[in-house]
Amino acid sequence: MDFFDRFAVPNPGPTIYASMVAIVLTIIAIIIGITYFKKWGYLWREWLTTVDHKRIALMYLISALLMLFRGGVDALMMRAQTAVPENTLLGAQEYNEIFTTHGVVMIIFMAMAFVMALMNFVVPLQIGARDVAFPRLNALSFWLYFAGAMLFNISFVIGGSPDAGWSSYFPLANNEYSQSVGTNYYMFALQISGIGTLITGINFITTIFKMRAPGMKLMKMPMFTWTALITNLIIVFAFPMLTVAVTMGSMDRLFATKFFTTADGGMDMLWANLFWMWGHPEVYILILPAFGIYSEIIPTFARRNLYGYKSMVISIVAISALSFLVWVHHFYSMGQGALVNSIFSITTMAIAVPTGIKIFNWLFTLRKGKITFAVPMMYSLGFIPIFTIGGVTGVMLGMAVADYQYTNTMFLVAHFHLVIIPGVVFAMIAGMTYWWPKIFGFMLNERIGKWAFWFISIGVCVTFFPMFISGLDGQARRMYTYSESTGFGIWNMISFVGALMLAAGFVLIVYNIYYSFRYSPRNIGSDPWDARSLEWATHSPVPEYNFALTPQVNSSEAFWDYKKKGVELFKGKYEEIHMPNNSGMPIIMGAIFFVWGFAFVFGMWIVGILATLGIFACMIHRSFEKDDGRHISIKEIEETEEKLGGAKK
Amino acid sequence: MKIDHSQPLEYSTEQNRLNIFGFWVFLGAEIALFGTLFASYFTLVNGTGSGPAGSEVFVISTLIIQTLLLLTSSFTIGLGINAMRLGRKKAMINFFIITLVLGLGFLGFEIYEFTQYVHEGFTLQTSGFSSIVFLILGTHGAHVSVGIFWGLFIIMQVKKHGLTPKTTNKAFIFSLYWHFLDVVWIFIFSFIYLKGMM
Repeated sequence: MDFFDRFAVPNPGPTIYASMVAIVLTIIAIIIGITYFKKWGYLWREWLTTVDHKRIALMYLISALLMLFRGGVDALMMRAQTAVPENTLLGAQEYNEIFTTHGVVMIIFMAMAFVMALMNFVVPLQIGARDVAFPRLNALSFWLYFAGAMLFNISFVIGGSPDAGWSSYFPLANNEYSQSVGTNYYMFALQISGIGTLITGINFITTIFKMRAPGMKLMKMPMFTWTALITNLIIVFAFPMLTVAVTMGSMDRLFATKFFTTADGGMDMLWANLFWMWGHPEVYILILPAFGIYSEIIPTFARRNLYGYKSMVISIVAISALSFLVWVHHFYSMGQGALVNSIFSITTMAIAVPTGIKIFNWLFTLRKGKITFAVPMMYSLGFIPIFTIGGVTGVMLGMAVADYQYTNTMFLVAHFHLVIIPGVVFAMIAGMTYWWPKIFGFMLNERIGKWAFWFISIGVCVTFFPMFISGLDGQARRMYTYSESTGFGIWNMISFVGALMLAAGFVLIVYNIYYSFRYSPRNIGSDPWDARSLEWATHSPVPEYNFALTPQVNSSEAFWDYKKKGVELFKGKYEEIHMPNNSGMPIIMGAIFFVWGFAFVFGMWIVGILATLGIFACMIHRSFEKDDGRHISIKEIEETEEKLGGAKK
Repeated sequence: MKIDHSQPLEYSTEQNRLNIFGFWVFLGAEIALFGTLFASYFTLVNGTGSGPAGSEVFVISTLIIQTLLLLTSSFTIGLGINAMRLGRKKAMINFFIITLVLGLGFLGFEIYEFTQYVHEGFTLQTSGFSSIVFLILGTHGAHVSVGIFWGLFIIMQVKKHGLTPKTTNKAFIFSLYWHFLDVVWIFIFSFIYLKGMM
């Protein structure tokens, strides 16, 4: 039995055992359900082996929503624990694990997946392409992300969750101070999903550079595609740093190397630097697509073209360059000295300039616009003030000297949640609502959507504004409790109430999906918002080949010109369309990567080596495989177009 | 699949052009990867703890042989691609075989060198410096090892299918990869070995 002892959770409690039972029951229920409805074949053929960017996007979307709830429950537990002083709902160890998993799940497995979902769905459509450049790799990206996410999530029932914070600083994260396998999970889950993200980056850069519709010059690309391009460039340069950092971290933990040790010539600060050299660009990987989404939504609902297209492009490029030059501001107080801190203070504050330009561009787009207050627009309008508050407090934190007052207090927690929630989460919900009719062919209910919006946007303010005050009063972050005499109780109680409002808002969104699925009208046409860019020029839901005829573009709002000025978009006759075949290899490789990660987490070397060989075997199989794809005949295209309501001309 | 005959075979289809462009982007990521490793090396270079420094363990003779082997292999793969463009399948395969043999020789010397290091008490676990040296050399060596298998499979495919848009595309991409490993080696040679021995 010694062998199995390693899988035991170090600090089991009734909640953990309850989750184990719940997980097992859910898995059994899913398996029985699929078998009963005889859906295994359908699931395998249509979804698990798909290489279609639209279906991969949907799988990302479902995973992101699941992870949102996992991370959300973590958040609720933290707020509940700190709602009153000296609370005993959670112990210190449990609290450490929960804030760690909350951070990792929300950033890596929720926000990233949400961004990937929208990017996957929208970018090929916006540039008038049939798919991404490497559809098979795209599927592999998703399955690596999924393997990483699952590996991370089983940690709390098998072997123990990571507990060293989402930034997992050494020496805290070494074997001596983090004894459970939790941090191994962190390292390998990040490694696996990181590889997936890197592959996505390569894929989308190639797609956007090489597969745009004829006439779509770089400066005629829709703004979301621009942000996707820059985001993927950041991914390609930032994620290798994460790969190196977590490789060193796992080697320190598994093979006793001396990268981040405090003795024998190791350097613990190397981890902090490498982590944030990836970590800071990472926050821009999340925020730039969000900016792109707002830049699509605001012109659509203000009935005006985007103000300052060129300055928008210049500012995202500037942000992407600056994002690599500010990482030290995450640890001003960790001993760099005044000169280094000053330099990074200046670069940090400099980022506020291009961001400010974008804010003003959105405001000028709204000026004299005929604004309709649809749900996506409400999130976009809510984003501007709340994000600005988060951003301005960021400038306060960016000043190194003042930062010594705020560092590691709840003030910081308030700041980054107030940029990341209105920035990323609002954008993702807005984007999801905006593109929902394109994805599914029906709209989300506006009334329920607005209720959810008010719950979420007021909830965000109620949750995080009190933290500014308790933070300035000196409440440290990541502390599982505090004494009554500190006077933090009232602020934390208000936060807890806000967290409940947020939870209610997200539940409403899920209810809205269910409600709209049952009751929304299906005859909404292909362009329900009267939008401006190419993705609205094809049918809803989108046929698998996206466009029967490749669109011809000569402005940044080609579809708008087609509608309002009668510029011809689709010319020529149907031709056979070449499409890639589905493949089971990506999911198989994802599964092997899962086993690989799991084996190394527990130091099961033989299984690990076998899995490594398995991964190479998959690559060899791919090298020798003969797969020329298939062709969709003209007759099939005509039939599909007819069925979807007539050919687009 | 539309084939554009005005282009060399490896560029002749749309997918081939995408593959080559995508691989260049991948090499960009590889530069970031090795760049991070080098940055970490410069951070840890003085962290020798109680273990030996670079000047005490690096040996010039194996280094020179390794460098000659790898630089020559970069030249022969260039000849191989040249032969491929001229449509000379047999010459191409021979140059690829020579390349891989040279790569194998490089790898042999690297493994020998590693065993020597371990003998002298310079192991993966000795110090921050030894850890990063092994990690950089190991990462590069692992790339070469993967490259040898990859090259072998490409030779087999060229042999079987001849010079088609697909096989030439794979061979060309492989040559980019191999040249890249050479460039990385030049940095390792200059900044780790030569600088370390000074």
